[in-house]
Amino acid sequence: MAEPIIRLDRITKTFGSGPTAFQALKGVDLTVERGDFVAVMGASGSGKSTTMNILGCLDVPTSGRFWFRDVRVESLDRDQRALLRRRYLGFVFQGFNLLARTSALENVELPLLYRGEDKQARHAIAMAALDQVGLAPWAGHSPAELSGGQQQRVAIARAIVTSPDVLLADEPTGNLDSERSIEIMELLTELNVKRGITVIMVTHEPEMADFAHTIVHFKDGLVERIDQRHVAGSGVPA
Amino acid sequence: MLGTTLILALREIRRHLLRSFLTILGIVIGVAAVVTMVTLGNGATAAVKEQISSLGSNILMVRPGQGFGRGGGSGEAPPPFVMADLDAIRDQIGGVKAVAGQAQATAVAVRNAQNWSTSINGTTNDYFVAQNWTLASGRLFSAAEESAGKAVCVIGNTIVANLFQGVDPIGQRFRVKDISCEVIGVLATRGQGGFGNDQDDVVVMPIKTVQRRFTGNRDIRAIMVAVDDGYDTASVQASLESLLRERRHLTPGTPANFNVLDTKQISDAVSGSTKVLTGLLGAVAAVSLIVGGIGIMNIMLVSVTERTREIGIRLAIGALGHEVLLQFLVEAVALACLGGVIGIIIAFVATISLAPVLGVPFVFDPAINIVAFVFSALIGVVFGYFPARRAAALNPIEALRHE
Repeated sequence: MAEPIIRLDRITKTFGSGPTAFQALKGVDLTVERGDFVAVMGASGSGKSTTMNILGCLDVPTSGRFWFRDVRVESLDRDQRALLRRRYLGFVFQGFNLLARTSALENVELPLLYRGEDKQARHAIAMAALDQVGLAPWAGHSPAELSGGQQQRVAIARAIVTSPDVLLADEPTGNLDSERSIEIMELLTELNVKRGITVIMVTHEPEMADFAHTIVHFKDGLVERIDQRHVAGSGVPA
Repeated sequence: MLGTTLILALREIRRHLLRSFLTILGIVIGVAAVVTMVTLGNGATAAVKEQISSLGSNILMVRPGQGFGRGGGSGEAPPPFVMADLDAIRDQIGGVKAVAGQAQATAVAVRNAQNWSTSINGTTNDYFVAQNWTLASGRLFSAAEESAGKAVCVIGNTIVANLFQGVDPIGQRFRVKDISCEVIGVLATRGQGGFGNDQDDVVVMPIKTVQRRFTGNRDIRAIMVAVDDGYDTASVQASLESLLRERRHLTPGTPANFNVLDTKQISDAVSGSTKVLTGLLGAVAAVSLIVGGIGIMNIMLVSVTERTREIGIRLAIGALGHEVLLQFLVEAVALACLGGVIGIIIAFVATISLAPVLGVPFVFDPAINIVAFVFSALIGVVFGYFPARRAAALNPIEALRHE
């Protein structure tokens, strides 16, 4: 089962050029195994967000090699990366990023639209995803009518509706109180364990990082340290 | 994919109903204006053509004066025609089917305390032949009535409707000015003429009656000459002109103090000016369509900025650049088409309700409606492309960070 799904090899990322150039990543090496639950921690400016953008195929490294499911991502063009995201990645953001004035169901259906599912399939798959996050009764509500925790659940449903291999969560609990945060973390854990989705999560809070099996600490554009933890009932055998 | 994109676009339009409506207002007004102008213009042209053709295709109108629409000309009034001119035309020119002189007046017709102001047309039976105008009931003038100038008349349907409601007018008498006049015939209904005039609002009397009782002179103000089928109208016109020059003692080189027009010339002149007017109005309206397109571009640019985060979400989820481009393009085109459809509906209602007011028949022209619709769709494509390309080119990371 210890099969790597993501491998970063001496990834660097430089923003700008000339004297104002800023090197955000200075040679990151990281391997994420399928089914792992990874927490990424580090001070702001440590390079964790840049790494997440690269892992999410939203950005390309300046140098280094990046394998995702045996595909060399750094050489792919914009549309090819978009297709990777569409098929294998789900995103959860700190600010939920749901479409306003659009029902929870329609928000969850959105990725399916781009996959070209027909209306009935869209509806059924999206309802199943909403059910999984416990929000089926709220399918018709717009984000404004939902609490923060519920909005984040809708966002998670949208992220998993395409059955992705990897779920990338950027401070998913950053806008929530501790009780809601725990609920969201339990949901992510459940998805990780039950559906075998690899979760990579950026967080500032050690309590949230405690849910993960692997904690990656970033500092000054490099991976400072990787902690392997053994959580009871985890999807990854020790 | 296109169907899905269309659903997304319509959803977006529905989400901003008021803004969408205001956005397309320019297109709505533009399309409505173009279609209304052109439809009414076509109606007017068709009406003129129909009226001219109802005159018959081979009619020559002879009037004193220098030309159609050129006023009286130089100082003194040109002499009118006299009865002898009619006889000369009839006798000396070949291929003439009918020659009808006309003396006209306006008067109030009265019957049973009902008044109706109408035009009195003094002429001969040849007038009905030349005009191809048949009787609905009754008879034409007898030779005796014509030569004696009897107070008899053939009336149009408008007179019947206004003075003889529920009564068979044949044999009835009514008063015109100060004479009592017997109705001997009723003309078949003609309807509206090309200039918005009511052709049925007429009382036709023998020309002598009108000259004696109304105009008080023996002048003939117009001659209508119908050319027999098989004869060339142009050659008849030429011999007519030379005959009249001779009879009016015009030396060669002097400009004619009368004019001869065939119906085709009249038709061309009138429909030509209508066409120019229609074209001009259409062009003005087309400018408003362009302005409407700029309005759409403006709102789409605002929309792209406003929805930067949404675009970021879509891109992150895995939308391809061209899918985002297509979405915004389809949205712009859907907006523009919606504007086009609403404009066409408004134009339809407007032309149907305006046509009777302006005295123009309603002629539905599918071509102009299709052209207007396609044009508005094209405006959507042209003015929607730039904002759409801008949306598609957004960097997903920056778009997601956009507040």
